[in-house]
Amino acid sequence: MFVSYKWLQDYIDLTGVTADELAEKITKSGIEVEGVEILNEGIKGVVVGHVLEREQHPNADKLSKCLVDVGEEQPVQIICGAPNVAQGQKVAVAKTGAVLPGNFKIKRAKLRGEESNGMICSLTELGLEGKVVPKEYSEGIFVFPADAEVSVDALDLLNRDDEVLELSLTPNRADCLSMLGVAYEVAAILGREVKLPDISLEPVAEKASDYVKVVVEAKEDNPLYVAKVIKNVKIGPAPLWMQTRLMSAGIRPHNNVVDITNYILLEYGQPLHAFDYDRLGSKEILVRRAANGEKFVTLDDVERTLTSEHLVITNGTEPVALAGVMGGANSEVTSDTTTVLLESAYFNGAAVRKASKDHGLRSEASARFEKGVDPNRVRAAGERAAYLMAKYAGGEVLEGAAEADTITVEPAVVSITLEKINRVLGTELVMKDVKEIFDRLQFAVSIEEDTITVTAPTRRGDIKIEEDLLEEVARLYGYDNIPKTLPIGSSTPGRLSDYQKKRREVRQYLEGAGLYQAVTYSLTSEEKATQFALEKSDTIRLAMPMSEERSILRLSIMPQLLEVLKYNSARQNDSLAVYETGAVFLSNGDESLPVEQEHLAGAVTGLWHSHSWQGEKKAVDFFVVKGILEGMFAKLGLSDGVDYVQAQVDGMHPGRTAEIHLNGEKIGFVGQVHPSVQKELDLKDTYVFELSLKAVLEADAPVLQYKAIPRFPSITRDIALVVNSETVSGTLWGIIVNEGAPLLKEAEVFDLYEGDKMEAGKKSIAFSLKYADPVRTLTDEEVTKVHERVLDALKEKAGAVLRG
Amino acid sequence: MQERLKELQEEAIQKIEQSASLKELNDIRVAYLGKKGPITEVLRGMGKLSAEERPVMGALANEVREAIAVKIEAKQKGLEEAAVLEKLASESIDVTLPGRPVNVGNHHPLTRIIEEIEDLFIGMGYQVAEGPEVEQDYYNFEALNLPKGHPARDMQDSFYITEEILLRTHTSPVQARTMEKHQGKGPIKIICPGKVYRRDNDDATHSHQFMQIEGLVVGENIRMSDLKGTLEVFAKKMFGDDREIRLRPSFFPFTEPSVEMDISCKICGGKGCSVCKQTGWIEILGAGMVHPNVLEMAGYDSKRYTGFAFGMGPERIAMLKYGVDDIRHFYTNDVRFLKQFSVEE
Repeated sequence: MFVSYKWLQDYIDLTGVTADELAEKITKSGIEVEGVEILNEGIKGVVVGHVLEREQHPNADKLSKCLVDVGEEQPVQIICGAPNVAQGQKVAVAKTGAVLPGNFKIKRAKLRGEESNGMICSLTELGLEGKVVPKEYSEGIFVFPADAEVSVDALDLLNRDDEVLELSLTPNRADCLSMLGVAYEVAAILGREVKLPDISLEPVAEKASDYVKVVVEAKEDNPLYVAKVIKNVKIGPAPLWMQTRLMSAGIRPHNNVVDITNYILLEYGQPLHAFDYDRLGSKEILVRRAANGEKFVTLDDVERTLTSEHLVITNGTEPVALAGVMGGANSEVTSDTTTVLLESAYFNGAAVRKASKDHGLRSEASARFEKGVDPNRVRAAGERAAYLMAKYAGGEVLEGAAEADTITVEPAVVSITLEKINRVLGTELVMKDVKEIFDRLQFAVSIEEDTITVTAPTRRGDIKIEEDLLEEVARLYGYDNIPKTLPIGSSTPGRLSDYQKKRREVRQYLEGAGLYQAVTYSLTSEEKATQFALEKSDTIRLAMPMSEERSILRLSIMPQLLEVLKYNSARQNDSLAVYETGAVFLSNGDESLPVEQEHLAGAVTGLWHSHSWQGEKKAVDFFVVKGILEGMFAKLGLSDGVDYVQAQVDGMHPGRTAEIHLNGEKIGFVGQVHPSVQKELDLKDTYVFELSLKAVLEADAPVLQYKAIPRFPSITRDIALVVNSETVSGTLWGIIVNEGAPLLKEAEVFDLYEGDKMEAGKKSIAFSLKYADPVRTLTDEEVTKVHERVLDALKEKAGAVLRG
Repeated sequence: MQERLKELQEEAIQKIEQSASLKELNDIRVAYLGKKGPITEVLRGMGKLSAEERPVMGALANEVREAIAVKIEAKQKGLEEAAVLEKLASESIDVTLPGRPVNVGNHHPLTRIIEEIEDLFIGMGYQVAEGPEVEQDYYNFEALNLPKGHPARDMQDSFYITEEILLRTHTSPVQARTMEKHQGKGPIKIICPGKVYRRDNDDATHSHQFMQIEGLVVGENIRMSDLKGTLEVFAKKMFGDDREIRLRPSFFPFTEPSVEMDISCKICGGKGCSVCKQTGWIEILGAGMVHPNVLEMAGYDSKRYTGFAFGMGPERIAMLKYGVDDIRHFYTNDVRFLKQFSVEE
C-alpha cells in the first residue's frame, strides 16, 4: 500500500510529524514501512507554460517549433519532439537551468539549426512510472487543464511535492489497505482524531429502486449488494488532484467515473464497480454462481470460461461482471455513458480468490475482497462515490439504493484481565495505561475490576481473541518499552543427544581426515534418485515438480556428491575429498510418511597426497578410503563388529568394491566408482563410500574400560604363507586370530607378493604374529605350541603353506 | 737418548698440529706410540743404561708418550667437532620450502552457523530437536494455526507429494511434534535446525531447499519480556556486542503477539546503505508468543501455559555474517567456496 503523506492529511492532522518520523512510528508499532519516496526529489525548475504557437520544425519532420509563455518577459522558443504538442496547451516546461531525474540538466541548445530554450516534459520525464501515466499522454507530453496558471511550479500542480510511504502489510492488517484505515492506525499511534470524508449531498427525487432490482442467489458468497444509480453523468477527465493522487498510489487514471471508483477503493478500501446502466439491457442485477462452461468476455476483451465455483453479477440472464474481479466488456463505462449503476458489495474472500486465481486476474480490488473488506463501510463507500460523481462528473444521484442484504455484522467483544496482560508481556501496566491504548484505537471499552472488555470495530476484523488484545497493547505500548528478562522457573538440561554428539564427532573426524563437508539437494531426477541406493524402494515423486531435475526424493547421496566432484573437476580442482550427511527417503506407501534414514557418503578423487617439489604424488586408492572408514569405526568403538565383503554394486568397479557389514548387517559400501561412470563424469579415479549413518550412530559401542598395560615382553613370529590367488587376507587373518587366542595379541599383514617368482595361481601373504601373556613371560615352547596350531589350521582351512 | 726423546716429542706434536684428518692423526698415533714406533725403539736401547739412569729415562719416555697421547686426544676432539660441523653444514636445508601438506577439511558454512547457534542455546538450557523433512499437512500447517484454505499454504508455494503429505516448508512442525510428545506438560526448551523446502526458482536470493533453525520455550510463566531478553543475548553473541537490536511488531499465524527482529547494519553502522535498503536495519528473525490455538492443538492448556518461539535462516545469517552474495553458493559446493570457512573464530 502506497500512502501519500499529503493525502493522509485530509483525514488526520500531521502537524509536527514529518513523513520520515511517521514512517518510523508506523514501523515500530506494527506495520513495516519499506521506504519513503520523495516524489520531486532531484527535480527543479519545471513550470507551467502556455504553448502560444506551434509550427513544423523546418528541418525535421518529427519535431515541432513552439513559442511558449513561461511567465517571463518574453515567450521562449522550444523544440519539442512529442507528437501531441499543440497550440493553446498548458504544459510542463523544464526551463533552461532546470534539473530532471537522473541529474539531467536542461541547457540552451540548437536542434537541427533551431534554438531551443528548455524542454516540454512528459510525465515519465518528471519521474512518474510509465504504467501510471494516463493512456492519452503515454506517448507524449502531459497537458494540464486549461485553467492552470502559467509559471507556477508544475510539480506542485502535479502533487509531486509529496512523499509516499510504502507499507508492507501483513495478512492480518487488511484494514490498512485504505487511507482511512491508515488514518485510524496513525490516529492510534499519535493520539489524534480522524476526520471522515464528506458525503453530504442532495439526491434528486427519483428512487434508485425504481431503476433496478437486486437479487442475490448466492447469499453466502455475497451477503450484501448495494446498487446506486447516478444519471446524467458527463464522462471526462477526473480533476487533476484526483488523478495525481491515483498516480502516486500506483493507479493509472482513465476517466472521472472509473477514477472515482478507484479513488474510493484507496480511500475506503472498498472496491466498487461502475456499470453503464443503459448497456445492462435490463432493470435487474442478479448475483449467482456461474454455470459450468458458461462464457463471459471481461473488459480486457478476453473470453473466460467459467465454472460453478465462480461468482458472477448478471443482468438477470447474462453475466456482466466476474464478482470482485473484473467487469464485463458488455457493460463497461464508455465516453458515451450517461447513467451509471454503481455497485458496492461485500463478496466473500474465498469466492473471489478462486476466480482471480483461476483466471490470473489479481487486482487491487480482488486483493481487498480476498483479505476481507469492512462490511460496515460498504454503504458509506457507495455514498461517497456518488457524492464525488455528482461533484466531478456532473451526475445526479438518485435517492437511496437497490439492495440485497442478508449480512449479519457483529463486532467482536473480547475481554482480558490486566493480570494476564502483565503476566504474558512481563510488564507492569496499570488499567489506565491499557484503557488509553484502546481509546486511541477507538475501540469501545468497559472495565470491571481487573477485566477490560473491548468491542472492536468491524474495520478491524483481525481482533477476535484475548491474544489479539495483548498484541494491540504490546505494539502501542511499544516493544521498546517491554523489559528484557530471561525465562525463570524449572530448568531443563541443555545438551545434545548421544546421537547428535556422535554425529558431530563423525563430522569432526572426517574433516580431520581431509574431507570437506558438502550440502546438496534432496530433490533429484528419476534417474539419479535410485543410483547407488543401499535399499530398494519405490521412488517418491512430487505432485507438481518445478523441473524433472528436482522431482524425486533421493534414495542415496552419492549421485549428488559425484556431481560436486564433476563441478569442481571442471574448474581445475580434480583432486578433492568431500562428504555429506543427510536424509534419504524410502517409500512407505502413499498413505504414510516415508522412512527418512540419515546417510553418510564420501567421495575422494584424483591425488590424495602430493608434495610437488619433493616429487611425491599418491593417487587415491581403495585403501585410502577404507582407512578413513576404519579410523571412523575405531573412533566410535565399532571396529570389532565391522567386516568388508567383496561385492558387486551397480555403478561401482566390480573388483574394487566391498559391502560394509556392521555386526553382520549390511550398512553400506566402499569402493571405486565404475571406470565408465568416471569417464562419463570426466573424473580421475574416484573412490567413494555410502552407509547408513543411523545404523552406525545407533550401534552400541563397548563400555570404555581400562586394560592393564603389558608388563612382560611379547614374542613375535613372522610367517609367509602361500595360498591360492583368490584367497583373501581377511580369511587367513580370521583363522589366525581364532586359533591364536588367547595368547595371540596381534596379527598384521606386512607383505603381499603376487609376482613371477610365484607359481601360477598362487600368491604369498606374510603376517606378523605377536604373542604375549599379561601376567608372565612366555617361554619359546609355549609360543611354538600355539604357533604350530595356527599353522595347522591355516593349512587345513585355507590350504595355506609356509613359503619355502 | 734424553734428547732423542725430546726431539721425538716435538716432532710428533708438530705433526699432530699439522694433521688435518682423523686418519692422519691415527697414522701419527700408530707411528709414534705403536709397538714399532720410535719411542719404543728408544726404550729398547735402555738396556745400555745404568741402573740409576734407567728409571729416570723410563719416566721421561712415559712423559713423552703421555704428552703425545694427550695432544692426539685433544686434536682428535677438535677434528671430530670440525667433522660434525662440516657434516651439519652440508645437511642444511631451505626452511622456506613448503612442508608436506596434511589433508584437512572443514564444516560447511551452514553447519558452522547452525552449530554455533545450537551451542549458544545449549548453553542456555536448550535441547536440539529434529524431525522429518517430509511432513504431514497436519504438522506443517494445521497444528500451527494454518487451517485448510489459508492463503499461506497455497499449493503453489509448497512441494506436495499427496494431498496430505508434503516437504516441510519450515521447521515449525518439529515444535508441534515436540509439544505433542510432552502431552501438555512443560517445560520445553528446544532448538530445531533442519532443511526445509519451498516452491521457489533458484536465484541469487532464493533456493528451493534451504535451512531453518527455530527455538521454542513453553512453560507456566513464559513472558514476552523473556523472548526479548533471549533474543538480545542471541543477537549480541552471534553478531557482536556493538550491534543494536530492534524489535518490531509483525504477524505470523502461529504466534501472537508476533515480532520481527532487526539488527543495526554492519556495513553502514546504521546510517543507511544499499545492503540495508537505506533503513540502517537488517531483518534477522521472526518470533512471537506461541498462539493459543497452537498450544491447545498440542494439548496444552493455554490459560496455564505460555511460550515463545523464534526462527531464522542460517543462509541469511551466513550471507550477512560472511558477506556471501549468492545463496546458490551454499548448494554448489565449489571447493574454493567451502575452503574459506576453515578458520576458527
